[in-house]
Amino acid sequence: MSEAPAVEHPAAGLPALAALSLVPKAGAPQSMKDFKTDQEVRWCPGCGDYAVLAAVQSFMPELGLARENVVFISGIGCSSRFPYYMNTYGMHSIHGRAPAIATGLAASRRDLSVWVVTGDGDALSIGGNHLIHALRRNVNLKILLFNNRIYGLTKGQYSPTSEIGKITKSTPMGSLDAPFNPVSLAIGAEASFVARTIDSDRKHLQSVLREAAAHSGTALVEIYQNCNIFNDGAFDALKDRSSAEEAVIRLEHGQPILFGADRSKGVVRDRATGDLKVIDTTVHGTADVLVHDAHAASPTTAFALSRLADPDTLHHTPIGVLRSVDRPVYDTQMSDQLQQAAEQQGKGDLAALLAGKDTWTVVG
Amino acid sequence: MSSQVSTSANGQPVLGEQREPVKETRRLDRVIIRFAGDSGDGMQLTGDRFTSETASFGNDLSTLPNFPAEIRAPAGTLPGVSSFQLHFADHDILTPGDAPDVLVAMNPAALKANIADVPRGAEVIVNTDEFTKRAMTKVGYPASPLEDGSLAAYAVHPVPLTTLTVEALKDFPLSRKEAERSKNMFALGLLSWMYHRPTEGTERFLRSKFAKKPELAEANVTAFRAGWNFGETTEDFAVSYEVAPATKAFPPGTYRNISGNLALSYGLVAASRQADLPLFLGSYPITPASDILHELSRHKNFGVRTFQAEDEIAGIGAALGAAFGGALGVTTTSGPGVALKSETIGLAVSLELPLLVIDIQRGGPSTGLPTKTEQADLLQAMYGRNGEAPVPIIAPATPGDCFNAAMEAARIALAYRTPVFLLSDGYLANGSEPWRVPDVAELPDLRVRFATAPNHDGEFWPYLRDPETLARPWAVPGTPGLEHRIGGIEKQDGTGNISYDPANHDHMVRTRQAKIDGITVPDIVVDDPEDRARTLVLGWGSTYGPITAAVRRVRGAGGAVAQAHLRHLNPFPRNLGEVLGRYDNVLVPEMNLGQLAHLLRAKYLVDARSYTQVTGLPFKAEQLARAIAAIENGTQEESADV
Repeated sequence: MSEAPAVEHPAAGLPALAALSLVPKAGAPQSMKDFKTDQEVRWCPGCGDYAVLAAVQSFMPELGLARENVVFISGIGCSSRFPYYMNTYGMHSIHGRAPAIATGLAASRRDLSVWVVTGDGDALSIGGNHLIHALRRNVNLKILLFNNRIYGLTKGQYSPTSEIGKITKSTPMGSLDAPFNPVSLAIGAEASFVARTIDSDRKHLQSVLREAAAHSGTALVEIYQNCNIFNDGAFDALKDRSSAEEAVIRLEHGQPILFGADRSKGVVRDRATGDLKVIDTTVHGTADVLVHDAHAASPTTAFALSRLADPDTLHHTPIGVLRSVDRPVYDTQMSDQLQQAAEQQGKGDLAALLAGKDTWTVVG
Repeated sequence: MSSQVSTSANGQPVLGEQREPVKETRRLDRVIIRFAGDSGDGMQLTGDRFTSETASFGNDLSTLPNFPAEIRAPAGTLPGVSSFQLHFADHDILTPGDAPDVLVAMNPAALKANIADVPRGAEVIVNTDEFTKRAMTKVGYPASPLEDGSLAAYAVHPVPLTTLTVEALKDFPLSRKEAERSKNMFALGLLSWMYHRPTEGTERFLRSKFAKKPELAEANVTAFRAGWNFGETTEDFAVSYEVAPATKAFPPGTYRNISGNLALSYGLVAASRQADLPLFLGSYPITPASDILHELSRHKNFGVRTFQAEDEIAGIGAALGAAFGGALGVTTTSGPGVALKSETIGLAVSLELPLLVIDIQRGGPSTGLPTKTEQADLLQAMYGRNGEAPVPIIAPATPGDCFNAAMEAARIALAYRTPVFLLSDGYLANGSEPWRVPDVAELPDLRVRFATAPNHDGEFWPYLRDPETLARPWAVPGTPGLEHRIGGIEKQDGTGNISYDPANHDHMVRTRQAKIDGITVPDIVVDDPEDRARTLVLGWGSTYGPITAAVRRVRGAGGAVAQAHLRHLNPFPRNLGEVLGRYDNVLVPEMNLGQLAHLLRAKYLVDARSYTQVTGLPFKAEQLARAIAAIENGTQEESADV
């Protein structure tokens, strides 16, 4: 399959993105309805997935990519029905394996924009191995991890992101295992791009998608998503106007990390431990407040930021792009090796390969 | 020894050994040699080199490498013994041979582990330097077998291989330990003298292998030559042997020696070229399949992408993802890996995308015998998935045939849009034989047509089928207007939309089965030269060699027996039922507990009798010949006497 050259089209809403330079552009301006399918959307009424779907469908035209070169691949779970509703190429695969399948596709077709849609059970439990390896390889994939901290499709068991002590059908006396923090996990797995956003905040969600799409390599976007049937209100602390100001830390690259009413709180480094902590800026001033550097080569501060949130109350939850660094991209390097081999050894000659070096001839 | 039947690739004669032996030379029609030593003694390399020399000389040959799963088992122990058996002849042969004519035992453990297989009168070459009291005690020899008369039935050649090697290398700046490592080359030189093997190939090989350490290259060449000269001069070896090239065994053509895994790798590269699709291998290292991953990784200049995945599941997942994108997707593994891939194979059945699943079978269950051979994954390949998930199955018969089997598996996968199982095994994978290099121009055309336009009232229906093959269209991402979604949830026939409709599910299950049942495969051919046989011996896969050799023996003794061999195990050839019905007895030898026999009995209501062996080793021709004779006499044996 030959890789299509980059075509700059006036309809492209974003400046040419290195990450998408090999993906053909759309021939005409697109709108949200271009990305909708004729399939009836079958999530529960009130599900947070609707908001994410609408946000993605209305964001895609911005990229101005040829729709046929966009692929959504999912695993199993409520969120994994997503591809059926995107009028692109799509595959609804098996539980946990979407990153592996998408890796094969992205590694062999650099002219495609490949998106993975997954959930907390799909990505972090049954598919945990594939997720971490996709992240460390840095394949050109955009992974949308819908985290509702519960198993929805199997009707309400606790998930690997559920808080300890969660009462569910499978844990009537409370769950015993400690949850994963998906952002911490991703940073630990050498992810080159890690972000977090919230289903109900379309503007923020789309701004994060924009940065993820522009990133070369694997981008993991954790989306806090409400399951109104089995875990309703899980993220209310971050959504409720009165509490959100105190609970949410909005990260912006190059900006001091301030939050709270009148930006009265700030994140500083604790000189004694090197860890991060929250201070009252009305008392301590803003001089020591950290300036967020998403591009820092070291993942240390991004990791520390991911640990600020209290897993039970969600207070001090950072959202936005925690880390975005340039690192060699797997599929680019794979392609380079193929080219290099062809240059060094010449394009493959099947007859020569089959004969090898030691032959003998039998004459009739 | 000058019959000039062979030329090397560059046209230079490789025959016509320059050094005319001064001793008596005897002519033999065939020889079986077994090299045996410690895992670290380099016996596999020695065997490989002797095989290459023999192949370039023009003999027919068949090999059986046999080694432990441990990389370096404790030195000098029985579990650490590694061996390589080579059968070569002046005529066409089919197996690595039942019993060695010559055993080379590099230490007491190698002698002890192998002597029971050696018939009386055979030659036994032992490295006397290793027969120390400690080494002998370690393997339970109370007294030296070289001195207590227990080897009286054999023609024993006691050779101080280690001492002679060290002596030969005394001018090299090597420690004693380093010099000792070349003792396998000394042994190879000695055997090369004994059997008039050409030596240039091995010298060239050593210089290339140690190109970065020329002093090691020269040391090994020196040890090799010293071994040759030792044979030439010592009085202990009074006779050398000639085995003439097998001129009549081979149709005209260009030949090379090839192992099953190498032939299979080449078959995949060739299939990719003939289909004009890039090859994508998703794999996870596992014995005895890893060599295919290694080999394909060397051919990136053919546009081959190899992906070493995080696990077996990701290996096949990535291959399936690449297939969705229009590549020839392949995954390679062995039995335990197949177990892990089952769910993804089921997905591929549902997605109806081409995918090759290559299973190099080994001894099971569980980890079983990783380095030994077995045929016990047939029912796993046939049925090992949830739901009704039929998958075509192909099995190669010989190492060289792995090339054709790979091409055939690709043909079916691409034409019918289905995952296909290829069942090789450890014996085929590591064994080798002369292989006629195919003419690239005569390879089959495997090109496919991707869907490029809507196929139903201006819409694209991803499950609208070809009426002939029942294959659905393969529309790859990047094709405008054909955007569609596929998945493991049941599909509505035609549109491919999610459907829970009972009648549709019934229809889809039956349609997927009908698609596989309808695959065109060649009729099975029966070999029954006198057309009077009452017994048919039916095999599949790597038992081809031993079964054919056994059938020859039975016929040679005046018996009449028919033979047929299955390449396609799903679907079976259309004429199989009719063929089975022609015979009073159907004998099915298998390296499992009767899996093919089970399928035959279920499908054709035929009284197929099993003859089984699960020792991790291939059948011996002699033993199979007895089993065939027994069924003819009405005294059937059910399993190998092991």
